[in-house]
Amino acid sequence: MIVEIGHYALALALGVSVIQALVPFWGVVRQDRALASVGSSAALISFGLVALSFLALVVSYVRSDFSVANVVANSHSTQPLIYKFTSVWGNHEGSMLLWVLILTLFGALVALSRNSLPPRLRAGALAVQGLVAVAFLAFVLFTSNPFQRFSPAPAEGQDLNPILQDLGLAIHPPLLYIGYVGFSITYAFAVAALIDGRIDAMWARAVRPWTLLAWTFLTLGIAMGSYWAYYELGWGGWWFWDPVENASFMPWIAGTALIHSTVVMEKRDSLKVWTILLAILTFSLSLLGTFIVRSGVLTSVHSFASDPARGVFILLILIFFVGGSLALFAWRAPLLRQGGLFAPISRESALVVNNVFLATACATVFVGTLYPLVLELLTGAKISVGAPFYNATFVPVMVPLLLILPLGQSLAWKRGDLLGAAQRNAAAFGLALLAALALIAFTHGGPVLAPLGIGLGLFLVLSAIFDLGERIAGRASGWRAVLSRAKGLPRSAWGTALAHAGIGLSIIGIAAQAWSTEAIAVLKPGERLTSGRYTVVLESVTPRTGPNFRAEVARFQLFYGDRELEPVEGSKRIYTARGMPTTEAGIRTHGLSQAYVSLGEAQDGGVAVRLYDKPLILLIWIGSVVMAFGGGLSLTDRRFRLAAPRRAAPIAAQAQPAE
Amino acid sequence: MRRLLLACGLMLLAIAGARAVQPDEVLPNPALEQRARAISGGLRCLVCQNQSIDDSDAPLARDLRILVRERLVAGDSDSAVIDFVVARYGDFVLLRPPIKAQTALLWAAPFAILLFAFVFLWRRLRSRPAPAAGPVSLSAEEQARLDALVGPDEKKPSG
Repeated sequence: MIVEIGHYALALALGVSVIQALVPFWGVVRQDRALASVGSSAALISFGLVALSFLALVVSYVRSDFSVANVVANSHSTQPLIYKFTSVWGNHEGSMLLWVLILTLFGALVALSRNSLPPRLRAGALAVQGLVAVAFLAFVLFTSNPFQRFSPAPAEGQDLNPILQDLGLAIHPPLLYIGYVGFSITYAFAVAALIDGRIDAMWARAVRPWTLLAWTFLTLGIAMGSYWAYYELGWGGWWFWDPVENASFMPWIAGTALIHSTVVMEKRDSLKVWTILLAILTFSLSLLGTFIVRSGVLTSVHSFASDPARGVFILLILIFFVGGSLALFAWRAPLLRQGGLFAPISRESALVVNNVFLATACATVFVGTLYPLVLELLTGAKISVGAPFYNATFVPVMVPLLLILPLGQSLAWKRGDLLGAAQRNAAAFGLALLAALALIAFTHGGPVLAPLGIGLGLFLVLSAIFDLGERIAGRASGWRAVLSRAKGLPRSAWGTALAHAGIGLSIIGIAAQAWSTEAIAVLKPGERLTSGRYTVVLESVTPRTGPNFRAEVARFQLFYGDRELEPVEGSKRIYTARGMPTTEAGIRTHGLSQAYVSLGEAQDGGVAVRLYDKPLILLIWIGSVVMAFGGGLSLTDRRFRLAAPRRAAPIAAQAQPAE
Repeated sequence: MRRLLLACGLMLLAIAGARAVQPDEVLPNPALEQRARAISGGLRCLVCQNQSIDDSDAPLARDLRILVRERLVAGDSDSAVIDFVVARYGDFVLLRPPIKAQTALLWAAPFAILLFAFVFLWRRLRSRPAPAAGPVSLSAEEQARLDALVGPDEKKPSG
């Protein structure tokens, strides 16, 4: 019964979304405010219905209701409760339902938001959001229905893929989806503004919080996915440039560019056409990502959706929304009023340069991801585009951007002083260069580029700190004045500094991996293996039984040089339901570095052991979290809060301010 | 969710149970082993998603790793080993696509886009002098210079 309610709610949500997509447009055209405001109620109802539907699926999973085909295929009664819950989105149908849930959630948030949106813009954006919801609800209902019954119901399910039975699945997909589905809002605002024909600083101010929100979550989602891959897949890699990763990375790069260009638009009422295009492209890349991941276009083996109907359906959605919005853009953009002009040496010009580099970086990933597909389609020739390609193209595009980032950060709006900006960053640059040179001298004969990478990261961190210091303590004297200036500094300035320092931290972590070491050996109890600074001694191998798996657990003593650290355990598991093995790496965090032990096959009376020394690797993810934190901090900047109008808020809005 | 795909694909392949470089594959000569690792890092595991044979736990990757080592032990140079593998499996096996007619666009795209963007930007900046207050109108001389630079009738919209 619950399953039918869920299914029905989903169908109902489709109907409501059709209303949400059509009626506000009609209202805007007819200048009828009552009709135009239908969008808000429809968005809220639609979210409520999809949430109900999602809840129904959650209940089916938690109760292990094996009369539902989706539950049978992806759950097992012996799974721990948390994995029964996360199994909901550990499969194609459920993850698309999560996608739609987040899509309608954002619609509801816009409906509730007390941001002083012009009513026409709000109505238009909700209508566009409704249209996207219609497309994806139809996709779920007609090609990927998670509520399909299975008869006769089997006594037991087929279990969730063991690799997914991990906390990573609880965290990574929701964060990632909030990120890249969140960009649907900026898309909706952009399309609504194009239809309306009016775009100004107000638009930028209305859109910026949403962009920041989506970007913050996408940053966390990608970082979490990377860490999950690192510890779960068992060979210590954390980024592979595979198309599925690129699919989430492209919207992130475009979103990063968008955050920067909306600032220009907000402050200088300029760069409008580009910003609108970028808003459209960012969500288009999200849609492309969904297509790449969900359609099975990569290879049949690697995708859930082997059914071509799904691929074609998503392709149609993609073509409609990308093509439609770009056509609209081509038609309407020339009509937009020109923005302000600006001087070549200024914060806004620096941000334009930022956008040029980021757009190029994004295009590089785009070309690298799609080129093999297109080439094979056109000529039948098969090529691979892997990490070496991106190292040779993406990195050279990003490095100059990061090198000039501190300059842009300290340039003034309107008319900046390049020399002054360079002087302000000289100390940071000098210190970073010194550190890099010292490192080269110290690691004589080691990797050469890596110390420079560390220097670049340090430069970013130091310049962000110094820039903040300058703003706070520059002209103030006495700690009281400093404190009051620190308080007076806008949160967005703190956010910017943090985000930039975060990139620096990540780069240090990435560059430091040039010194990571690996050792492989077959160990018997009592034998030792050394890699870099760490040594493990195999203590014992013992069997253990989990709720739905059997494991062989190897326990190691761990030494850092001569000093003994906490012991570390790695294991191999066999999940009984599917008979699939997984490897649980043993990871001991030591400062910012990690010792990483991974088990191989048992052979010659011992067990194959792989030990890695991963210096400073945690910085990669700490940096990402700092970046996301910076995004979150900017989001709380008072200029977004003060934008709330004085007029009486709608009833629903009193429940919860959505910003 | 992107991880799921990778993970799933790997799972299908991992059933045979081999893991990336096994102890029994490691060559006794560390210099050769080092070269083998470097070569393997650039060769794609043919049945995986953008993974090198050095990282992959697929049986096919293991076969290729062993093949690479056999060739090295037989005295082949690095490029001879790579040529040998490419002759067998085609360019598909190279994670770094070779630069040839088919991939010219791929390799050129990033730098062409960057160049194009900067040329566009440069012309834009040149055609729009720093703002005075209010709308800017060009003097006759400036207009002539502009026309010389961007050609006449190229008044561009947008900001």
